[in-house]
Amino acid sequence: MRSISTFLFTFAAILSLVVSSCVSEAQPDNLKLPILGNRDITANGDTIYHTIPDFSFIDQDSNVITNKTLEGKIYVSDFFFIHCPSICPKVKAQMMKIYDKFQDNDNLVILSHSIDTKNDTIPALKAYANKLEIKTEKWHLVTGEKDLIFSIADEYFVTALVNDDAPGGFDHSGRIILVDENRHVRAFAEGTDPKSVDHFLKDIEQLLNEDK
Amino acid sequence: MKINSLLFLFVVILFFTCDYKPYSQGQVLYDFHCSNCHMADGSGLKQLIPPLAKADYLKENQKELPCLIKNGVKGPMTVNGVVFDTEMAGIKTLNDIQINNIINYINHSWGNDFGDSNVKDVKNALEHCNEAK
Repeated sequence: MRSISTFLFTFAAILSLVVSSCVSEAQPDNLKLPILGNRDITANGDTIYHTIPDFSFIDQDSNVITNKTLEGKIYVSDFFFIHCPSICPKVKAQMMKIYDKFQDNDNLVILSHSIDTKNDTIPALKAYANKLEIKTEKWHLVTGEKDLIFSIADEYFVTALVNDDAPGGFDHSGRIILVDENRHVRAFAEGTDPKSVDHFLKDIEQLLNEDK
Repeated sequence: MKINSLLFLFVVILFFTCDYKPYSQGQVLYDFHCSNCHMADGSGLKQLIPPLAKADYLKENQKELPCLIKNGVKGPMTVNGVVFDTEMAGIKTLNDIQINNIINYINHSWGNDFGDSNVKDVKNALEHCNEAK
């Protein structure tokens, strides 16, 4: 009997130790989101972070959207196509969650790239935007030169490939990417996983607060 | 001894209450084939994808469902007063029983109570898919 109570006491002691150590490791509120991707160190010791290169695309209202257009804002990016029979609607529903939450925040915009440059014409993108009931100035659905769209997908660490065997003719990931005002990638979410996107919403808030 | 058998009974009852989940194959098939567009909660997506939850179209067009699921559908469709015009791909690989299970799942989920479907009706409907409505 005595040995059991000793055991229980020891167990409780260890448990409380473990719990308290976890608590003390809790992250402080002011922790910044990491800058993701490869980095280089220059000869004089400066770090060069992975940066989204200059781009120029056209949105559903025929506006030219470049890195200059988005200057001073953070943005959420993804890749999709309209006639996508697989994961796109699911991802779009999650993107809609982001749109709804930050609709009134002028420091954040959404940039969705169509990878089906042949079929997703500007009128098609416009009709799609209307069906989603979204505002152009908040959510740009862009198209552009096919090679440029596919190569910029790499910069966002997103898979986008033409594959005739894949549903709809393209292989692509449902990844959602958070980019800061310096065009550094700061966070990801899997657009097919609502829990991942819930966490991502917090990342967005954190980044918005960081920039204040 | 008496307590033991009571306990046993309790566990058995608990097991059946917790595990009672009808239309489980229908749900698995729905989650795999349908939920990417119609969403796991049947809510659809704005004016792009029609909802299934509490959808009048679903309620009023029960006989069409087997052909819709198997062969897909094209052209405008009004659901709960909203016009949708997004093509839906059919799922040719589903058999009668699977289609029946999906229909029963969507007919009894998300507040829907649109009655039971049976395999005989599904089979019959599929034999007359291309005939005029």
